[in-house]
Amino acid sequence: MNAARLPSWLRVAAPVAVGLLGIALWFAYVASGTAPRMLPDPLAIANEFADRTPLVAEAAAVTGTNALLGLVAGSVAAVALAALATTWRPVDGMTAPLIAALAVVPIVALTPILNTMFGASSQFGRQAVAGIAAFVPVFVNTLRGLQQTRPVQRDLFRATAANGAQTFRLLTLPTALPYLLTGVRVAASLAVISALVAEYFGGPADGIGTAIATYAKSGRAALAWAFVAGGIAIGLVFFLVTSLLERVVSRRLGAGGPPA
Amino acid sequence: MTTPTTPAVHAAGIGKVFPSASGEVTTLTGVDLEVAAGEFVSLIGTSGCGKSTLLRLIADLDTATSGDLTVFGKTARRARLDQDYGIAFQQAGLLPWRTVAANIALPLELHRWSRPTREARVTELADLVGLSDFVARYPDQLSGGMQQRVAIARSLAASPQLLLMDEPFGALDEMTRERLQTELARIASETGAAVVFVTHSIPEAVFLSDRVVVMSPRPGRITDVIDTTPGRARDEALRESPEYFARVTAVREALHGTPLQRANER
Repeated sequence: MNAARLPSWLRVAAPVAVGLLGIALWFAYVASGTAPRMLPDPLAIANEFADRTPLVAEAAAVTGTNALLGLVAGSVAAVALAALATTWRPVDGMTAPLIAALAVVPIVALTPILNTMFGASSQFGRQAVAGIAAFVPVFVNTLRGLQQTRPVQRDLFRATAANGAQTFRLLTLPTALPYLLTGVRVAASLAVISALVAEYFGGPADGIGTAIATYAKSGRAALAWAFVAGGIAIGLVFFLVTSLLERVVSRRLGAGGPPA
Repeated sequence: MTTPTTPAVHAAGIGKVFPSASGEVTTLTGVDLEVAAGEFVSLIGTSGCGKSTLLRLIADLDTATSGDLTVFGKTARRARLDQDYGIAFQQAGLLPWRTVAANIALPLELHRWSRPTREARVTELADLVGLSDFVARYPDQLSGGMQQRVAIARSLAASPQLLLMDEPFGALDEMTRERLQTELARIASETGAAVVFVTHSIPEAVFLSDRVVVMSPRPGRITDVIDTTPGRARDEALRESPEYFARVTAVREALHGTPLQRANER
């Protein structure tokens, strides 16, 4: 991407140095006594995290599960609808405005409504929010991917008397797969954020978001930050797994994949 | 299946009109063409003369507006569904996620050949096009010439008695091109398949063909048919023989000779 490539050691060392510098500044800021009360130093947060690891992990499991279920359900629905829109033109015409509408809805804003709809003891409202958030990027990317087959390839399949199902399975779907997975990678982060933020609007008293809100309100700054770290961990796991999946598939599909 | 007297391609009074923004465009008009079984026929002409369109009509990738077209005595559609022809385009059109072997096997897979017969056939075909050492490679690891060989092997997969080729060597350098021409001439005679070959290269058409069909644009039609059957093997010596040059000249004159054509050139 950039013309002058950094030497490999520097590419690792540079971000690490920036990170260390940031932490050093953070320590200095807290030590100076001018920091807000809600901002403890990193060591205090780390200690709290170490002391309450099971608690954080339990909360992370709840939020992570909600995000995962939402991501899977939203992605499956998006792929199915994108496939339908590609094979059957009228569906495309019908869904296009719907998707545009869905894309501009601030999805977390629906959470109080969904929570009330499905009851305060149900995780379903949170999962639904994550699912809706995941749906849009997967749908948009998959739809684009399904239209990427080249005319020469389509001619070849027609000339070889391939039926519709064969053409979809052997040409259209493999061509779309890298696009689909790019959509899933983007959707993964959205699903985690949505599932977590959805917890701020009620529902069952568990999950990372609920814990952050509770401890922030009660002034236990270091513990609230420890749960934030848990939230970061979920996001990181989702991002890494989906990025890896995307990379593996792109490599498997060779030069046919989309430009990153 | 078909008697030897059934022509591979029979076209009578073929016309093709494409609708366009500024009315209708006549791409082909009054095309009569017969390709005998095992015969190598080239279609040559400037861009827009309808040679590719004619090939696409034979392949049933487009439908003729008028006229009568049969392939081995059947409709073009039936012949396509029965896989009576194999096809290769200017772009190899390989699937980048499939190995060379899997790309060659694609038509066989689509027609549900069993895995062992497929593998045996792929070995044969890879050998035929000289790619035996590359069957496990992926298309992006191959040169343009090698990709085109894969495409040719793929077109031959189901042992069709008709090959349709749309400028298959059009994007290759001259050296690779000549080598592949020699190979195609050998493959065509070994398989005994009829070939309809679209090109804009006069030497290529003359070297490969039994007959060269000269076409002219606006509207696309056949203006001349020149017999180019060599009285000898198609090898490197043929390229330097006087009769070869004489035929190249004959085709060139047929291409440029019509007064109408001259008037159209700038």
